[in-house]
Amino acid sequence: MAESSGVLRVEVVSPERVLFSGESTQVITRTMEGGEIAFLPGHAAFLGALTENHTRIYLSDGTIQNLAVHLGFVEVGPDHVTILSDAAELEEDIDVAAVRATKIRLEEQLRTEQSAEIEAELRRTDARIAATGGL
Amino acid sequence: MAGGQERILRGRIKSVQATKKITRAMELIAASRIVKAQQRVVAAVPYSDMITEVVRDLSAAGSSSSMPLLAGRSEVKNVCYVALTADRGLCGGYNTGVMRATEGEIKKDALEGRSHTVIAIGRKADGYFRFRGYNVAKSFTGFTDSPSYANAKEIGEFVTELYASGQVDRVELVYTRFISSGTQEVVQRPLVPLEAETVAGGDAKNAAGADYEFEPSPEAILETLLPRYVEARVYAAMLNAAASEHAFRQRAMKSATDNAEELINNLSRIMNRARQDSITTEIMEIVGGAEAMSSKN
Repeated sequence: MAESSGVLRVEVVSPERVLFSGESTQVITRTMEGGEIAFLPGHAAFLGALTENHTRIYLSDGTIQNLAVHLGFVEVGPDHVTILSDAAELEEDIDVAAVRATKIRLEEQLRTEQSAEIEAELRRTDARIAATGGL
Repeated sequence: MAGGQERILRGRIKSVQATKKITRAMELIAASRIVKAQQRVVAAVPYSDMITEVVRDLSAAGSSSSMPLLAGRSEVKNVCYVALTADRGLCGGYNTGVMRATEGEIKKDALEGRSHTVIAIGRKADGYFRFRGYNVAKSFTGFTDSPSYANAKEIGEFVTELYASGQVDRVELVYTRFISSGTQEVVQRPLVPLEAETVAGGDAKNAAGADYEFEPSPEAILETLLPRYVEARVYAAMLNAAASEHAFRQRAMKSATDNAEELINNLSRIMNRARQDSITTEIMEIVGGAEAMSSKN
């Protein structure tokens, strides 16, 4: 938080391609045990493992890039934030109607059987819904 | 009689021409796929670079020694080879290159008293190693020409599990590295345990690594990170192999097309000669007949 004038170079990288790359003033994400965390320019070097979450990237031009990140890592330096994730989706790539339908189906399933897999899928679905502005 | 030979030759030329059309089409398809495969190789670089960097930073923070994936075993009794080949043939020496290299290593290990395990990727490797009675732990097939990350994940998980359970003490990747569309080479790279030098690295960034804040603890991060790292390595190898496969296929099909062309040339030459021969003979017969008629008159 030392240099308020600085910008963060943000990159969201999946194994198959660079998903997003741009300049930002603030990035909010959620680590595995620590809860939500925000990074501003000048942040100390930081390395964290992420849960399924709704990550917000406040771009330099004032808009917000929402995305759903399903597990992964974040590496932060004073001038950059890198999110590594094998499954991340940009807000505009998410099909809201389909995701809501999935959520209902999963909740239905969970009522009858307990399974870690379904719970994880539900967490991913929640992250997607949050990223598209719902919930 | 001579006309018969000409007809046979015409038939052969037609069939070679049909073959040429097929090989030409395969060549063009492979050529267009090389470009795409190459782009995928390049697109995967940022992720694997960064994940390597993060692993390096973490181990600089001094949390590496207790990790099973990082710690080597003092005695290596069983070596696992992950052989990456194609699902289909018609690609020159691509498959044999990888399989020979793997087989050579297995034999070398056998001389030194180590047993082997093979993980076959691609239908060709599966057939080859199973037929020859090697110990094939598992085969993954059906995606070698355009692998996805999910495939790499599946393989990575299987390898990690195999290593963690103590069934194998070392895992090696054997694949064809894509250098350019003209050059590819069969390489063997250690996958698990992760090499000390890969992880520690002689990079200048190393010094900064120790200053990181971690959340949760470095150990916990490393524990989730290392399997991802293995997957990323497998994925990179698979993309390289896919690009190489297309390059090999293009070259093989190009030479098949050239061959067919040469064959057609030769055959048409023979056919033309046969045709000329038969015409000459016919004229001779007519002339001879006419002469005989006129001399009779």
